[in-house]
Amino acid sequence: MKAKVHVFLKPGVLDVQGKAVEGALNGLSTVQGWASVSHVRVGKVLEFDVAATTADEAKAQVKDMCDKLLANTVIESYTVEVA
Amino acid sequence: MSFKAAVLVFPGSNCDRDCKVAVERSTGGHVDMVWHQDTALPAGLDLIVVPGGFSYGDYLRCGAMASLSPVMAEVVKAAERGVNVIGICNGFQILCESGLLPGALMRNNTLKYICKPIELKVENHNTAFTQGYKPGQSVWMTQGNADGNFVADADTLNAIEGNGQVVFRYVENPNGSANDIAGLMNTRGNVLGMMPHPDRAFEAELGSDDGATLFKSLLNSALTAA
Repeated sequence: MKAKVHVFLKPGVLDVQGKAVEGALNGLSTVQGWASVSHVRVGKVLEFDVAATTADEAKAQVKDMCDKLLANTVIESYTVEVA
Repeated sequence: MSFKAAVLVFPGSNCDRDCKVAVERSTGGHVDMVWHQDTALPAGLDLIVVPGGFSYGDYLRCGAMASLSPVMAEVVKAAERGVNVIGICNGFQILCESGLLPGALMRNNTLKYICKPIELKVENHNTAFTQGYKPGQSVWMTQGNADGNFVADADTLNAIEGNGQVVFRYVENPNGSANDIAGLMNTRGNVLGMMPHPDRAFEAELGSDDGATLFKSLLNSALTAA
């Protein structure tokens, strides 16, 4: 079964990487003819195979993986998709 | 009695040798190096040092994978028994990731890797780690990190402040760290995490010997307890 995990900083936690990307995008916008952007957030996507028999079992285990390793729930939130 | 310490070694640690020399020269004690895959710590330890560096390449999050190493389960047990534990720089990140300390360390708000001598105020001198300092003393150590920006939610910060868990504060905040926090301990007072390096400031030849006082404080605590 394929699992896909998105990890993002929680709303309200300063995303300095997102701020830097936002600054770069807006710095280029005049030259490139792009509209201005705001609220850029940089996150992570993790994809992997899980050797589970049911989607529910896979999802429960991937959530456990997120809580223990893949995300730091002090500062990050995550979403899990299993297919 | 002879002071006995262990320095953990993860793949990517780069201050492990510095920590060993700093503890040996400051305390005259014996220091064992302990590999991260080990499932036992030496007996009779007075101090466990989680050193700085880039454990596991800082992949995923700084300290995340190191915090799940086999040896860290032993460190958690030792901390519960009351053994003193200090995490410096990446070691601080590992202690937060392991849950031994509250909060988390994020990218510096300057987006820069900060590498320079830095002035700290001893906020709590009434700890095993800092009893050799004067109240509010100004000390110099060296900062060297990209992710030293301490964050915690408002309730956690209030609790940390109320319990006197802030041990060192930056005089000039270099990285956006909440409440200027540079070093923080657990409620029991036997686990300290700090971003500045006492292990790079233990002899005057290094620019400051203020870090030696921290290791000497731990020696005195061990002597008093014995």
